[in-house]
Order: sequence, then C-alpha cells, then structure tokens
Amino acid sequence: MKNGFVIFLSVAAVMLLSWGALVLAPQMQLGGARQVPVLNSTDVYPLARPGTAAQGLQVYRANGCAACHTEQVQQDGVACDVVLLSPGKNPSAVSNLLATLKLTGLDEGSALSASDRIAAAGGKVETRIRATGSDIARGWGLRHSVAEDFLYDYPVALGSLRVGPDLADVGRRLPDPNWQLQHLYAPRSLVKGSVMPPFRYLFETRKIGAVPSPDALNLPAEFAPAAGYEVVPKPEAKQLVAYLMSLHTDVPLYNAPFTPPAPLKP
Amino acid sequence: MTVNESPSTTNIDASCRVPLLALFSGAALWLVVSSALAVVASLSFHMPDKFGDIPFLTYGRVQPAADDALLYGFCIPAGLGVLLWIFARLGQVPLRGGIVPVVAAHLWHLGVLAGVVGILAGESTGFAWLEFPRGAAALLFVAYLLLALWAFMNFTGRREGGLFPSHWFFVAALFVFPWIYSVAQLLLIGAPLRGVVQSAVAWWYGGNLVFLWTSLIGLGAAFYFLPKFSDRPLHSYFYALFAFWTLLFFGSLRGIPAGAPLPAWMPALSALNSLLLIVPILAVAVIGWKTVKGGAVQTCKGGSYCMIKFGFVAFLLSALLLVAGACPQVSRVTLFTWFSVAQTQLHLYGFLCITLFGSIYYILPRAVGRDFAFPRLIRLQHWCSMLGIFLLVVSLAAGGLLQGIKLHDAATSFDDSTRAMLPFLRTSTMGLLLMLLANLLFALNLLTLLFLWHLSVIKTVVGAALAPLGKTGVKA
Repeated sequence: MKNGFVIFLSVAAVMLLSWGALVLAPQMQLGGARQVPVLNSTDVYPLARPGTAAQGLQVYRANGCAACHTEQVQQDGVACDVVLLSPGKNPSAVSNLLATLKLTGLDEGSALSASDRIAAAGGKVETRIRATGSDIARGWGLRHSVAEDFLYDYPVALGSLRVGPDLADVGRRLPDPNWQLQHLYAPRSLVKGSVMPPFRYLFETRKIGAVPSPDALNLPAEFAPAAGYEVVPKPEAKQLVAYLMSLHTDVPLYNAPFTPPAPLKP
Repeated sequence: MTVNESPSTTNIDASCRVPLLALFSGAALWLVVSSALAVVASLSFHMPDKFGDIPFLTYGRVQPAADDALLYGFCIPAGLGVLLWIFARLGQVPLRGGIVPVVAAHLWHLGVLAGVVGILAGESTGFAWLEFPRGAAALLFVAYLLLALWAFMNFTGRREGGLFPSHWFFVAALFVFPWIYSVAQLLLIGAPLRGVVQSAVAWWYGGNLVFLWTSLIGLGAAFYFLPKFSDRPLHSYFYALFAFWTLLFFGSLRGIPAGAPLPAWMPALSALNSLLLIVPILAVAVIGWKTVKGGAVQTCKGGSYCMIKFGFVAFLLSALLLVAGACPQVSRVTLFTWFSVAQTQLHLYGFLCITLFGSIYYILPRAVGRDFAFPRLIRLQHWCSMLGIFLLVVSLAAGGLLQGIKLHDAATSFDDSTRAMLPFLRTSTMGLLLMLLANLLFALNLLTLLFLWHLSVIKTVVGAALAPLGKTGVKA
C-alpha cells in the first residue's frame, strides 16, 4: 500500500461494514419494537415505568449503580414438570402409573408423553414450564432477560459486572420498599459482609420535630442516629427505590416462556 | 534553508515541541488523577462505609471516572502526541501551524476535565466508556478533529513518499475515533435509540475504542520503535499488512458480550470475530519475534526499548485473554466477573500506557532538546508499573475465575462468591498503589522537564529584553 488515500478509503469501508453489522442491523431489527403480548393473557408487556420509577432510573445512572449490578438474568434452558391436579376416578391406577414415571425436569417431548399417559389413566395433570440455570436457581428471576424488558428505559442499564447481585427482577424478589431504603442507608444492617457502599447522602438526618416523620427509617441501634434525631429519605432515595420496585421480569413471553408460579388473581 | 532542502531531524523534532509538551504534560496529570481515583474506588473494598456521606466519592462514580481519565485523559492525547511525532519523523516534514495543535491539546484536556468533574457530580450518561456529559464530549470531538486534521495534513505533505506499517495503523486510528465517537454520541446522547439497541451501540463503541483504537495506536508505535531499537527492518512488510487488515476487520466487528439480552446472532457474531482475532495476534507475534530476535543487542535498563518490548508482550497476552474469554466454555464462567476487567486493564495500562511511556521517554528529550532531570527514576518507574499491572491483572483474573465458578454454582450463595473475591480485590489495591507511584514518577519527570523548559524560555525572553543594545542596534 503506497497510497494514503487507498488506506483511508479501505479503512472507511471496513468501519462502514462494522457500523452496518452492529449498529444499523440491530436498529433495523429492534428499533421498531413494540409492546408484546404476555403469554396466556390479554395483557401486553412492558408498560412504561411510573413517573417516580423513571426518575429513579436517573438516580441509578447518576450514582453508577450499574458499575456493580447487572440487569441480565441468564438462563440455560427450560425444563417441564408434570403436576397432578386431581387423580380422577381411578386413583390407584394413576398412583401406580405415577410411581413408574419421572415427572420433573423433563424435556418437552417426555413431558407430553407423560401427561398423555396419566390423562389416559384418568388423572388430570398440568405441565409447567420453568427456566433453568444458576441465576434462576438463585431466585434472581423466573426467566432470562430479554430485549423487551428495557423497551422504555433511557439509559438502558444492563451492567457488566456482578459485584452485587443481579437486579433485573429485584422488585419481585425483595418487594419491601422499607427494606430497600434501609439497605441503601446501611447495607450491612441487613446483609452481613456486604461490600456495597452506603448511600447516606440520599438521606437526611434531622432533629425530630413535633411529630416524628412517618418516613423515618426504623434502624437497628448500631446504625441509628443520635437520640432525638431521625433519618428521612430524600426524594432521590424514594425515586431510586421506586425504580428498584419497578424492576419486574415476571411475565412469560413468547421468546421466554415459563409457567407463572401461582395463577395471577385479579 | 531553501524550500527543497530536506529539514534536519532537529528541526522536525523542534517543530513538535510545544504541541507535544501540551499533550503529554496534561496526559501525565490525568494519568496521576486516574490512578488516584482508582485507588479511592478500590478502598471501597477495604472500608465500604467510609465514603457514605460524600456523593462524589461513591464507588459508582469514582470507578468510571478513573477508567475514563485513563483512556481519554492519558491514552488518547499521549497516543496522538506520539503519532504526530512519528508522522513528522517518517515523512521528514516539520509539524506546521504549531498553534492549532497546541490549542487543540488544551481543548482536549479541558474536555476531559469537564467530563471527569461531570461524572463525579452525577452527570454521567450511564453508558460504559461514554460517561462524559455532552458538553465535554463536544469539546473532545472538536479537539480530536483538529489534532487529526493536523496529523493528516502532515501525513499528506510527507517528503518520503513510501508508507511504513506505522502509517497504516495511525491513519486508521485517526479515522476510527471520530467515526465511532460521532455515531455513539448521536445515537445515544443526541437522539437516543430505543431500548437495548442503546446497549448494542455502546458495546460496539466500547469494543472499537478500547480494543481496536488502542491496538492501532500501540502497535503503530511499536512497529516504529522496535525496528529502530533493534536496528533491523520490520519483519516483514507483508506480515504487517496481513496483521493490519485482519486486526481492523475482526477487531471492528465485535464488542457485544455473551448473554446479552439481544437477538442471539449479535453476541454470536461478536464472539466469532473475537475468536478470529487469533489470526492477527499470531501475525503480530511473528513480526515482533522476527524483528527483535538477533537484532543489535541494546542494553535494556528500564529504558524505552524495554518498555516497548514489555508493552508488546502485554498486547499479546491481553489479546489472548480476549480470545480465550470469547470461547463459550470460558465465557460461561467469566461472564460478569472481574476477569474481563483484568483483560481491559492489561490492555489499556500494560500494553498501551507502557508502550506510550517508552515512546514518550524517547521522544520528549529530543523534541525539547533537553534530557530528563531524573533519568534514574525512569527505571524505577518501569519496575513499579510492571509490578503494579502484574499484581492487578493476576489478582483480578484469578479472582475473577474463582468468582465465576462460584457464581455459576447455584449451591454456593452469592455472598460466598463476593467473599471469595475480596482477598483478590484487596491484593489488587497493592497493584493500583504501585501504579500510582509509577504514574507519579512519570509525571514528576515530565513536569520537571516542562518547568525547566518554561524557565529557559522565560530566561531567554527576559535576557533578550534586558540585554543592553548591541553595537549593531544603535546606529549613530
């Protein structure tokens, strides 16, 4: 290569290809994404986060929470469990059959044949699908994270390092906002040996007025402020907790199916 | 000097003096700031309760600020400075319009200042490697364009018609950054895309900047200095050509990690190209080995040659870690662990920074026309940075593997995986402290040189102003 212009042009061509493959193509495939139906339901997913939760995402961004937390639950695959709902009119035949069959951790085909055989014997069964993998086993989510989970987020905070646990489904896993607030204020008051920095600057320690604030944290003595003082979350702390509460990935989708643990009741 | 006469090497070096001083001295300051921030971040693993009342010292702000200060504060301006000088030397043309690159250099450092302060103040954009708020990004973009334009003008005006391998690598680097930076800024900050496409673009940007751009700059410098120090031609032109094209092609088509919540073809394409990087790595290894082996035996007492050789080996190691991390069997374990942090640090500091240290120690005394004030500290600095990066990378990589094995085993509690990582994180602080010391020594030598040069300029000016008028000055 003797000519600078040739280098320039060919570098430009390679970079254009790279842009086309990893910027343009993803945008063409996902840029027009819309809400998708929830399996076995008339609901659609996702809904935009409520206002305070959307503000909370900005607190999450500003304080770099994604430096230590991912929002990407991983999944190895799915397994099916066949559950007997009622033994039907011939319980002894069904129970004899059940003794010979493997009913948990099946692939789709064996689950179908098992449920067919039980049904033929008169039992009423249900086949439940569950995701498998270490993240799922830890209870970090019911299914793997998918593109739809982040449709309305800006910025999308997927994270890349797990210094702390995954948060994709934390709103289902730890649904108590007071627990979350106390954990933000003093992580080690709830999780022994945690390395999470405390976010005391999202809280205000102030003299108790005529009436104690209903928002004041109920802290164990070791972490409590001096007598006559109370710790009250600032708006940022409440927004951040609202965001964490809004992190739910507990609906089954076409590309991430599972059977919800308990039927959703209105 | 007439127009057609080729300028002397001294003239060329002198033409780069002020821009290089502006680029390198600011870079040296950012280097120190970056490692100081990295130490502060690392302290979170020793005493997590310490900074709970101080928003700008919280881990999530300090860590990205440290990373960006290293990459944008040191690697890019120092890399561009080395590039400018090598272009001027290879093309045998002095750097013209000296004031523009100087202004651009200051503009760049101003942009980094705005960016780092912005991150610490909570104005981070939230995208990895793109955290600088938009005002800072605009400054950086303009400054880079100016520097690149001046470098390119010097390149097109070269007297030596032929192109060296360093030329290809540098021209590509000059072009790659504005391209990826403008695309990423536009699609993530200016008019943001929806949903996870944001993450895809951020990963594309990160992969191109942190691996490709840095490799182009570092290898460009190494392919200039290795033949120079070993007194042998680069072996060979065609190997270099092959390495260049394969690196550019495979290196630019990757960045999306395994397990991302994106259509599966995207992580798969990225992993495939990461694996194929083994091709340029082998070619680069052959080039290095055949160029250096049996060359003139230069004493290697912690000087430039030593550093550039170390950086070269660090490139091969970090790139091999990258390839290994792309294998599905490995990435299953290393996903979301400190392993990839170790790889990035080895690449940025072990390879690029140390290569740039070596280049700057060689270039700056020639450009300024004055030796470093503390030449013995150079050797000490080299040892500190080598030991520091070694401790950092080995502890993070080993700890990351252990963390990954525990993370992957659902029977082990998550707290266990964190607790297993802690001793490694605490060891890595030792590495960071050594790197901080090394960076301080580097900055000390550089800033003393800058100070002495300022002093001599002032002396000359004052001397000229106060000198009694000579006989020729007064004509009766």
